[in-house]
Amino acid sequence: MLKKHTVVEKNSVLMLIFVVIVISIGGIIEIVPLFRMETTIEPVKGVRPYTPLELAGQNVYIREGCYNCHSQQVRPLRDEVERYGHYSLAAESMYDHPFQWGSKRTGPDLARVGGKYSDLWHVQHMIRPQDVVPESIMPGYAHLSHKGANLEDIGKDMTALRMAGVPYTDEQIANAYNDAMAQAQDESDHHDGLMERYSKVNARNFDGQATTTEMDALIAYLQVLGTMAELKDYTHDGTKRSGQ
Amino acid sequence: MSDNQVEKDAVSGVETTGHEWDGIKELNNPAPRWWLGVLLISIIWSIGYWVVYPAWPTLSGDGERGGTKGSFGWTQYSQLKESQAEIVARKAAYLDRFNAASFDQIKTDEELYAFAVAGGASAFKDNCATCHGTGGTGSAGYPNLLDDDWLWGGDVNTIHETIRAGVRANHDETRFSEMPAFGEMLSGQEISHISDYVLSFSSGAAYDGEGKDLFEMQCASCHGEDGKGIRDFGAPNLADAIWFYGGTKGDIMSQIRQPQHGVMPAWEARLSESTIRQLAIYVHSLGGGEE
Repeated sequence: MLKKHTVVEKNSVLMLIFVVIVISIGGIIEIVPLFRMETTIEPVKGVRPYTPLELAGQNVYIREGCYNCHSQQVRPLRDEVERYGHYSLAAESMYDHPFQWGSKRTGPDLARVGGKYSDLWHVQHMIRPQDVVPESIMPGYAHLSHKGANLEDIGKDMTALRMAGVPYTDEQIANAYNDAMAQAQDESDHHDGLMERYSKVNARNFDGQATTTEMDALIAYLQVLGTMAELKDYTHDGTKRSGQ
Repeated sequence: MSDNQVEKDAVSGVETTGHEWDGIKELNNPAPRWWLGVLLISIIWSIGYWVVYPAWPTLSGDGERGGTKGSFGWTQYSQLKESQAEIVARKAAYLDRFNAASFDQIKTDEELYAFAVAGGASAFKDNCATCHGTGGTGSAGYPNLLDDDWLWGGDVNTIHETIRAGVRANHDETRFSEMPAFGEMLSGQEISHISDYVLSFSSGAAYDGEGKDLFEMQCASCHGEDGKGIRDFGAPNLADAIWFYGGTKGDIMSQIRQPQHGVMPAWEARLSESTIRQLAIYVHSLGGGEE
């Protein structure tokens, strides 16, 4: 049998058929599960797409390479759950493109950082991390305070994300700029619309400056991380699924 | 070379494939037996793995979540539960008693008190040290927890409440107070007078100027006539030479003109009640705890 390969090697049609069979096996095993991705997403309530300002913050997060040192994935391991809180669910990153998972951490995991620190702490920490955490090796990001957030185009980002499956509505996309500006203000005529279009929004002047900066956007993003999903009644096997 | 005339290598006696590159001919050796064996064993192993562990997300096994479950019934979540149960069992000797005991009872029970302080110290490092410092010394804008100067009160119940609901936090029962921005109401001259008077509380220097009347009119309702603060409003003591946002005259004037307000997050949703109680006892034990 071991010498039969000459048959395949000398008959190109037969060779082609075998090649197609082998590649199909590998391809089907890798691709088919992607068509059934929804079966891996837990039925947990509360997860919504990012608001335009949070999305602008995520863009800053990705541009500045925060993911090089910070992951956003609390793994179901005892030590991580002790330190960071409930392990991350697939549902919590279903609107992330690209996702921010990882296990390589130079800084702490940020999947549950939302609400853990005050806005002022974040501002000080971004400007010079060692002012609040003397032993930190994180570089400063003071320039974010001086640069206006890029909100003119944020509606286009949302349109692109909609193509990738994030359920933004036409109304949300049309009002993207106003919603983004309103979220970074203590008071705004557009607050009601923002609250109507997105649930549980933190709307306030995050960095304390009059203009809406990249700092506002980034802190708005950080403050919502890990706070959307209603995890109180969540169990892995679905025994206590709330309201179902 | 024709098909029926296979050339054999003269040295090894193995047939060649008939391919020749620059005079080098390829021998038609089969793949090594050991290699083939490893390949086949791996394939068989993988089939066993599919059967035993959860492997196929696509195949609907159970409800909308789908996926094969594996005959061992293993999941990473059950593994997590098991490893957590280990800790719970280790703590059980104390935790039930701790949860049932009041702060007063814990204080008199040496073992429980040590348990609470140890648990609180560990939770403090994870959650509180980023603002209050690893040792609780605080920094500008973040209170020092080692001294006896408290904004909202330093007995263990008050500390517990501050941790639970936070200050100016996203919580229905959070502590809240806001000093008005006097820059809009008073002239620079008046603010300067008040600052001089405020500084005289702690320096002990005799003060005889307009600041006293202004202070009593504008500030005393929250900070008290003697400037010692009123904890119900979270109004700081101005007479103890401990300054939250700086103690120079410029710092004080700026705080009167356009006050900064710190925010402490509420921890009720994030930490368990038991952890919050341990934290309260730990913070209370740091040095400035009041009865």
